[in-house]
Amino acid sequence: MSTTDSRPTLPSPRGSLSERILQALRTDPGGLVTDAAAVALAEPEDAALTLWVLQELSYRGFQDVPETAEWEPPVLAVRRHLQVDLEARLRSRWPGHQVPESDFAEALLQFIQDDDGPSVASYVHTHATEEQVLELLRWRSIYHLKEADPSTWTLPRLTRGPKAALAELQYDEYGAGRPDRLHAHLFAEAMAALGLSTRPGAYLDECPLEVLEMNNAMSLFGLDGRLRGASMGHLAAFEVTSSVPSGHLVRGLRRLGLAEEIVEYYAEHVIADSVHDQLATRLICAVLAEDEPEQAEDIFFGAFTCLDQEARCARTLLGRWGVAA
Amino acid sequence: MIADDVTLDDSGETMVCPGGPLLLRGVSSYTDEAGIAHRVERPVVAVCRCGYSGSLPWCDSTHKRLPPDRRPS
Repeated sequence: MSTTDSRPTLPSPRGSLSERILQALRTDPGGLVTDAAAVALAEPEDAALTLWVLQELSYRGFQDVPETAEWEPPVLAVRRHLQVDLEARLRSRWPGHQVPESDFAEALLQFIQDDDGPSVASYVHTHATEEQVLELLRWRSIYHLKEADPSTWTLPRLTRGPKAALAELQYDEYGAGRPDRLHAHLFAEAMAALGLSTRPGAYLDECPLEVLEMNNAMSLFGLDGRLRGASMGHLAAFEVTSSVPSGHLVRGLRRLGLAEEIVEYYAEHVIADSVHDQLATRLICAVLAEDEPEQAEDIFFGAFTCLDQEARCARTLLGRWGVAA
Repeated sequence: MIADDVTLDDSGETMVCPGGPLLLRGVSSYTDEAGIAHRVERPVVAVCRCGYSGSLPWCDSTHKRLPPDRRPS
């Protein structure tokens, strides 16, 4: 274990399934023995934590897990059970949506903008305390410290037009060639300026089911090429609903006098995501729906899932803060 | 309307987004209608067309909060 290794160590288990899997990952991933029934019987938080860990093996992994674990068949078998279960749960929440016969981009934009989920950003703008904002940032760090990575999995699965557009969007997310402008790095710098840990997953143990599931859904959509429509629909909803709330956060963070780095991080997203939302809806999703019409409904499913997951997290957080959502 | 009379670098590509901004690809600067050149550091940049952005000349998505009949066509 290197002292310069910036990867996290495994989080704490949340039940018998994760306890068993985490132990096997540390010691002998290839020798893991877990039957499907044990996976199916796991409590939701136990299952979500286990899936988060297993999907994380396809990102940068953990200091205390051998890198060979990612492709060990018994580890993949558990991951697959949990992914199938998660997808079924996400689809059970999806009310469906008529695929538009024309002007796909406008219909998708409208669908996303019609969402009226609770807004944490509006509350931060006017009321949140510093302590509450730091809690929000710790929860958000699970995603933002690897910002944009889940969508990158989708890139090679796309046809020409959406691929070029996604590459263009991701190039901006990854700093347009400048490592110091990587969005994930800007977030890490802001965390450091606030006295928080920049190690990925450092705050996972305090994150509730809703945060785990939100991150798991993004990784599932990215990692499974069959779900490329959902992945890009999720990206579109994320980008379309980013700029205006980021503006609320900028004003709230300034109101509280928090470090300029975190203000700058959200100010960057006000402008960047006013580009990315257009790319995601018009040049990625609309063209994907034209090239691969069988993916069209999943684009809406992915957008819905993004909005639904965001609403679930917002209700949980605002509930903790005693705010009616 | 801010970006109707846009000045582009030779390599510029443009895309008008109905109800939203003007996207410019591959430009190193953007000259606004007052003749002021703004440096561009993104592969694609969105220029405000509604006139209400708080970060002119760039779009900040304020158009999303305008009633549809007040958004740029």
